[in-house]
Amino acid sequence: MKEVDIVVIGGGPAGLSAAVHAAKMGAGVLLLERSQALGGQLVKQTHKFFGSRQEFAGERGFDIAHTLMEQIAQQEKIEVWTNATALGYYPDGVLTVKRNENFRTFRPRKLIVATGASEKALAFPNNDLPGIYGAGAVQTLMNLYGVMPAKRVLMVGAGNIGVIVAYQLLQAGVEVAAVIEAAPRIGGYWVHASKIRRCGVPILTGHTIRQAHGTTQLTGVTVCRLDEKWTMIPGTDTLFEVDGLCLAVGLSPLTELLWQAGCKMNFVPELGGYVPWRNEYLQTTHKNVYVAGDVAGVEEASAAMVEGKLAGLAAAFALNHQTADFAADYRAAKQQLNALRSGPLSAKVCHGLCKVMLEEAM
Amino acid sequence: MLAIDGTATAEDLQAVLPTPDRRRRGAVAVIECFQEIPCNPCADACPRGAITMPENISQRPVFDPDKCNGCGVCVGRCPGLAIFVVDYSYGEDTALLKIPYEFRPLPQAGDSVTALDRQGAAVGSARVVKVQEQKNRTTILWLAVTAAMATAVRNIRLSGEVRA
Repeated sequence: MKEVDIVVIGGGPAGLSAAVHAAKMGAGVLLLERSQALGGQLVKQTHKFFGSRQEFAGERGFDIAHTLMEQIAQQEKIEVWTNATALGYYPDGVLTVKRNENFRTFRPRKLIVATGASEKALAFPNNDLPGIYGAGAVQTLMNLYGVMPAKRVLMVGAGNIGVIVAYQLLQAGVEVAAVIEAAPRIGGYWVHASKIRRCGVPILTGHTIRQAHGTTQLTGVTVCRLDEKWTMIPGTDTLFEVDGLCLAVGLSPLTELLWQAGCKMNFVPELGGYVPWRNEYLQTTHKNVYVAGDVAGVEEASAAMVEGKLAGLAAAFALNHQTADFAADYRAAKQQLNALRSGPLSAKVCHGLCKVMLEEAM
Repeated sequence: MLAIDGTATAEDLQAVLPTPDRRRRGAVAVIECFQEIPCNPCADACPRGAITMPENISQRPVFDPDKCNGCGVCVGRCPGLAIFVVDYSYGEDTALLKIPYEFRPLPQAGDSVTALDRQGAAVGSARVVKVQEQKNRTTILWLAVTAAMATAVRNIRLSGEVRA
């Protein structure tokens, strides 16, 4: 069994950042990614990021992924395993991993879980018809493989993912019939909403799907209005003739490993579902398990990268790795994260974080 | 209303559009950023210090139209594509607009294109004066429109006759 300082699980923005910063502290890092390539959702993100220069503001997601991957490649202390799925983490400190078709075991001294989140689905009649996608699949098809997912799409969800992917669809030459949103207000950034509005795409808040139509594939979707109690209002049906329906209705943290490791969890709707209790160092109730990114609470990728940095620094520090600028570096990252979360749009996230924050220090 | 349908109201715009006096003095940025989001590349971009961030990155940028010369660097840099430049001094009854554009194919200088408003409705035609491609892949289009349209136009559609 191989001994290793730190295993980082997940090669998205949080995991990449955690690995880079832990390695800079001098820790040996094994970075596990279950898909064939690093980058997580960043590689599909074609929009320019918000935030400040430290979080690559103004750069596009896929460019940021390349920058982080270059930083990873330059670190001799980091070993990268793609096609590698963490299977379980056991009370004796053993981590089991499936890489390609081989079973391997490790005994990491610290584990940083950065598994991200998965898309939520929506229940409505005929929701299994071909032509109905999650927003992640639409982005993968278009932005990774250059495949047009449909000719005319209805987008469900006006959070950031919904309005951003609607814009990407337009860029790819797909017609977007409308963006519908059950909530009475647009959840995504208004600037993203305005970008699709000036392309003529209606945004219908207070609307939901009544049902999808089609026999062998999607041919249309009936949409209706919701009242203030989120009940469908009879007589408000509208039929959209579309061959694509894209669901962008939220994300749930991918926490299976944390449950299995025995971390104490709490259900926090503001953060997307069950998330682990953690202290300010992103350390869970299991002293060797750290978290970063969407698995710790669904947020923007900019915040995930800063959390990754904090978790990477803290885990390496806990293993007695030190650099001269550790304290300053850590403090700066902490301030950066606070700044990102300081606006009114982050109030929900901050409220959620209060419900899982452990007081005691490392 | 922005929160309901993604469109700025006349009242929202009133607060960011240039004053009649500033209009007369030539090109100036219009920052249509109405929400407190954590973002500051516009302030980093401005070479003249006309855009500054208050202490907190999540506040809206503060714009000094007297320092702005309408260069348009911020137009290409804003991640939200929410900054435009308008120059009412461009011609007798013609204004010059600089808008961010991220669609392909790009128009070419000299093309006549359909001018769209903030709801994507066609409001007239625009002449493409310049196509300024940038390293970050946001292109800045320079458009000549009638002065009366300059406040409304925020997007274009390529007209059928322009491209075969």
